[in-house]
Amino acid sequence: MGELRLMKGNEAIAEAAIRAGCDGYFGYPITPQSEVMEYLMMEKPYERTGMVVLQAESEVASINMLYGGAGTGKMVMTSSSSPGISLMQEGISYMAGAELPALLVNIVRGGPGLGTIQPSQADYFQSVKGGGHGDYRLIVLAPASVQEMSDFVKLGFDLSFKYRTPALILSDGAIGQMMEKVELFDPIPRRTEEQLIQQCPWASTGKPKNRDHNIITSLDLDPAGQERVNLKLQAKYKVMEEKEVLYETIQAEDAEYLFIAFGLSARICQKSIDLARAKGIKVGLFRPITLYPFPVKEIAAISKKVKGILVVEMNAGQMIEDVRLAAGCAIKIEHYGRFGGIIPNPDEVVKALEQKIIGG
Amino acid sequence: MVEQFAKLDIRKDENIVYKRTDLLVDRPLSYCPGCGHGTVHRIIMETLEEMSIQDKTIGVSPVGCSVLAYDFMNIDMLGAAHGRAPALATAIKRMWPDRFVFTYQGDGDLAAIGTAETIHACNRGEHFTMIFINNGIYGMTGGQMAPTTLPNMRSSTSPYGRDVETMGFPLKMTELIAQLPGTYYVTRQAVHTPAGVRKTKKAIRKAFENQKNKTGISFVEVVSNCNSGWKMTPVQSNKWMEENMFPFYPLGDIKVDGKLVETKATAAKE
Repeated sequence: MGELRLMKGNEAIAEAAIRAGCDGYFGYPITPQSEVMEYLMMEKPYERTGMVVLQAESEVASINMLYGGAGTGKMVMTSSSSPGISLMQEGISYMAGAELPALLVNIVRGGPGLGTIQPSQADYFQSVKGGGHGDYRLIVLAPASVQEMSDFVKLGFDLSFKYRTPALILSDGAIGQMMEKVELFDPIPRRTEEQLIQQCPWASTGKPKNRDHNIITSLDLDPAGQERVNLKLQAKYKVMEEKEVLYETIQAEDAEYLFIAFGLSARICQKSIDLARAKGIKVGLFRPITLYPFPVKEIAAISKKVKGILVVEMNAGQMIEDVRLAAGCAIKIEHYGRFGGIIPNPDEVVKALEQKIIGG
Repeated sequence: MVEQFAKLDIRKDENIVYKRTDLLVDRPLSYCPGCGHGTVHRIIMETLEEMSIQDKTIGVSPVGCSVLAYDFMNIDMLGAAHGRAPALATAIKRMWPDRFVFTYQGDGDLAAIGTAETIHACNRGEHFTMIFINNGIYGMTGGQMAPTTLPNMRSSTSPYGRDVETMGFPLKMTELIAQLPGTYYVTRQAVHTPAGVRKTKKAIRKAFENQKNKTGISFVEVVSNCNSGWKMTPVQSNKWMEENMFPFYPLGDIKVDGKLVETKATAAKE
């Protein structure tokens, strides 16, 4: 068993980054995720592992520092919250286009605009539908516990290097701030220069005599060339959709009704299940863990076994669009959400199930 | 037949006094004939060759006329988003401290959209080299007004001349960053004459040598013509540059070994 600690979600992210062998963190303060960089600065990872931690002048600079670091094959990450992630979208698009691995963390707060500093899930569309310009996807992981905040740092890095594309942990202000028990994974040493060059032969590390020069760019002025780039990206996304879908079901075996929720909403739904079952309502939970690739086939299959689905999100109805596309029109699928930083309580979720699905 | 034999005979190693460096890829440049970019590319690559650091150098190209610099420079490179080259170079140099890292940017890239990245990389005293090509115009997009466009100078977005009342003043980015404690060597050069080329190359060599001692930013501005954007012949444009650009952007060292130097560059008031 790994080392056990009581930690905030944001701290777990930071500790996991050091343990995952991350080479560099570049960030800019924003509530409610500032503890990530604060923890890193306090921990002095440059002494523990040689990891670089730098406070940039803006989120625009942070994401472009990531582009620079990732382009040289380094394992780099940043974290921010909604308005900061919006600022990064240009750089994220460039990284997807140049096929660079990196880990991004969004500790979502309520929007739009400056919004609020309280938790929200309103950045679902931005995360899974692109966000920046051009046809690209991110690997999007949605943790529902502090444990997963730690675990998904490692998973996110693994997937981003496997597919040479940025991965995003889509969390929220509540999971970032709340404290839970975490089992930390054992530290993985940072790669040596030789290991890095072996793993990333494409990286710009300095041109030796025996290979052509490596160029990192998202530019191809020839339309036929740029179409080939796009086809290559789409082929990669197709493989991800086939191989990397992650989800979890809870009390779904005998369920007549289903909650579909990710992240914090899924935690709330677990309590709602207990409350509903005490009333004799057989309800279960389907929790997408990868929001992209989305568990399309799995939702299509499980929707055939239930009478209705309530999609619970801390937004005005975003993931429900993907649930409806996956499940089709055979059963009733409705949304329940609170927004602007309000966290729904389990009772109101049960009430929504009764009114919108069972009674509706 | 005889003639060919004679040519080959002449091309013996002992007869060669000058050749293209292998660090320039053998392909036609995308630059307009008469433009200074090609010359600056060449002297940077010659410098890297003379220092034997091709395998230790990572370059960052901008968005602008030199967006394809990585196609011509036979070294590992990254193409940055518009203005962000100093952010990329910051991360690269921090994580590869033994590599020689440089940025290559134009005036729109470095002094307009990338102002924040330029100033903060300079102010943090990052240990890389910045090459800044200033031609007072956005060349690639077709000759629009740049932050460095001179007062009353015509461009496609200041067709009646830059009116400083409504369009603001030209920005002397090089003098500005020289004030920051993180810059170590700041100089302004030009490559319009053989003497200028030699001086610029010397400055670039110094800017790369400084990386060995982790001194902070070494910054080389090259005032360049843009004969296409200025709508002149190459010869006219170099003359116009001497008469109009140099009085506003005087050539010479501005900061050497971390100390501001009193030259015509710093003494000049407009």
